[in-house]
Amino acid sequence: MSAIDTGAALPQQKTDYIPVLLPLALALAAFPLIGSFSTWTTLTLAGLAMGMMIFAMASGLTLVFGLMDVMNFGHGAFVAVGAYVAVVAFAPMVALTQSPSLASNLMALIPAMLLAMAVTGVAGYVFERLLVRPVYGQHLKQILITMGGLIVIEQLLYATFGPQLNPLPLPAALRGSIPLGAAAIEKYRLLAVVVGLIVFLALQFTLTRTKIGLLIRAGVENGEMVEALGYRIRRLFVGVFMAGSALAGLGGLMWALYREQAHASIGGEMMVTTFIVIIIGGLGSVGGCFIGSVLLALLANYAGFLAPKVALISNIALMVAVLLWRPRGLYPVTSR
Amino acid sequence: MTDALLTLSGVHTHIGRYHILHGVDLAVPKGRTTMLLGRNGAGKTTTLRTIMGLWPASQGSIHFDGAQIDKAATPDIATSGVAYVPETMAIFSDLTVKENLVLAARAGAPDEKRLEWIFGFFPALKKFWLSRAGTLSGGQKQMLSIARAIVEERKLLLIDEPTKGLAPAIVSALIECLREIARSGATILLVEQNFRVAQDVGDLVHVMDSGRIVHSGAMADLAVDESLQKRLLGLSLDSHQ
Repeated sequence: MSAIDTGAALPQQKTDYIPVLLPLALALAAFPLIGSFSTWTTLTLAGLAMGMMIFAMASGLTLVFGLMDVMNFGHGAFVAVGAYVAVVAFAPMVALTQSPSLASNLMALIPAMLLAMAVTGVAGYVFERLLVRPVYGQHLKQILITMGGLIVIEQLLYATFGPQLNPLPLPAALRGSIPLGAAAIEKYRLLAVVVGLIVFLALQFTLTRTKIGLLIRAGVENGEMVEALGYRIRRLFVGVFMAGSALAGLGGLMWALYREQAHASIGGEMMVTTFIVIIIGGLGSVGGCFIGSVLLALLANYAGFLAPKVALISNIALMVAVLLWRPRGLYPVTSR
Repeated sequence: MTDALLTLSGVHTHIGRYHILHGVDLAVPKGRTTMLLGRNGAGKTTTLRTIMGLWPASQGSIHFDGAQIDKAATPDIATSGVAYVPETMAIFSDLTVKENLVLAARAGAPDEKRLEWIFGFFPALKKFWLSRAGTLSGGQKQMLSIARAIVEERKLLLIDEPTKGLAPAIVSALIECLREIARSGATILLVEQNFRVAQDVGDLVHVMDSGRIVHSGAMADLAVDESLQKRLLGLSLDSHQ
């Protein structure tokens, strides 16, 4: 037997650190413009917290978009449902949420988070079966039917909870700030950073260290070959869709608590932001989505402070700048 | 043919509004290497994809190992024991060599002894075990694609033009590898444009033209019959040696 030894040295695989350094570069560039260290620290931490919440909402969408090639404009519906689950779940737990004890607050918050994820995960299953499955591979129909789904779910929320803003007070121990030198860091934002990092690390672990993760990454690249290896990509699709919806629900709950109110329009409002983030990050890339979320939130916060009118277009400007530099996003995974 | 592992009977395949296969009849006997030859566009790749269920047959029947599979889903066909090496190789470039093989080993972690057997003729895969598959050369990607198909024992290997675009030295070694795989008892249906490879590896041959089988027989008979080669394939063996 002869062996094929084309073992010539491979080109060294370069790790692309430039996108990772972008948020840091943005923060450093903003510092001299802001001038005050305490203001800069407050804005930066607020941006990080906002970025984490956006990431939680967008991470599922990037997987659904990247793996399933589904343009799910209904993703925002799960954000809104997650917000209302918080309202419903907190109602019977007022004693826990209004207790000054952090432990008591978390005893209410953590089950509410799990419930939001469960409800939106199941809603995602139903949404995929009823609306998405019949239009796989048909982008125009996907856009129309998922937008229709978003509108229907929004209207159902209005019909159930009314058109008014539903107050959602923060748990007592998460109100207020922690002084850090001259800067003040809101406690809830710290929690948002922790939750966002847990979601990011859990996703990264799943995608890189488990066989399910390998299948998802392989499916993003070539679903047909995954099937030819004997795996049912449709089941994987449904699982990813449910997980993506559940993450949107978690993000919706976090966002509603951040704004201390829930409203059905929250889903539609966040859709543009989440789409911008996954386009900036590169479709299908969780890491790119993470960096895109942080970049977008930091820029929005800095611009809001330095030039409020510019903040209105900062998201779009960031996307245009990134796409001019890297047309397929920061970390492209798919060829789409 | 009584010992056929795979039989296609009157298989038609449509892709969109195009009618590609027009009643393909062929048999692949167990433990042999069967070549599927033909000019570009004859329907060879479509035949393999139809067997895999990627482009389902619109008419006719396909039997594999005693079971009818023409209505089966691709994952079911794969789990029944068919491995597929597509023309495009379709390796997962974002995954490492190891991860590509881990995915292909459905029963669990790849068997160490079998891996060593594979590394025996594809040593580059061992060398670049933890490298991203996307950074491999064309030849190395082809090795990975074939290794993925044989990382676990399969009843039938469908291999589509494995030598396409490879350097002659690599093609020669690949012929040896295919022979070794065949000697291990594998049943292979191999699509190939390179007649030299077909002659060196094949036991039996089916020649396709315009979506039909136009010749079936022993590979050795076709290899010595230049007029038949010219008629069926528009070539002579001499010009491809």
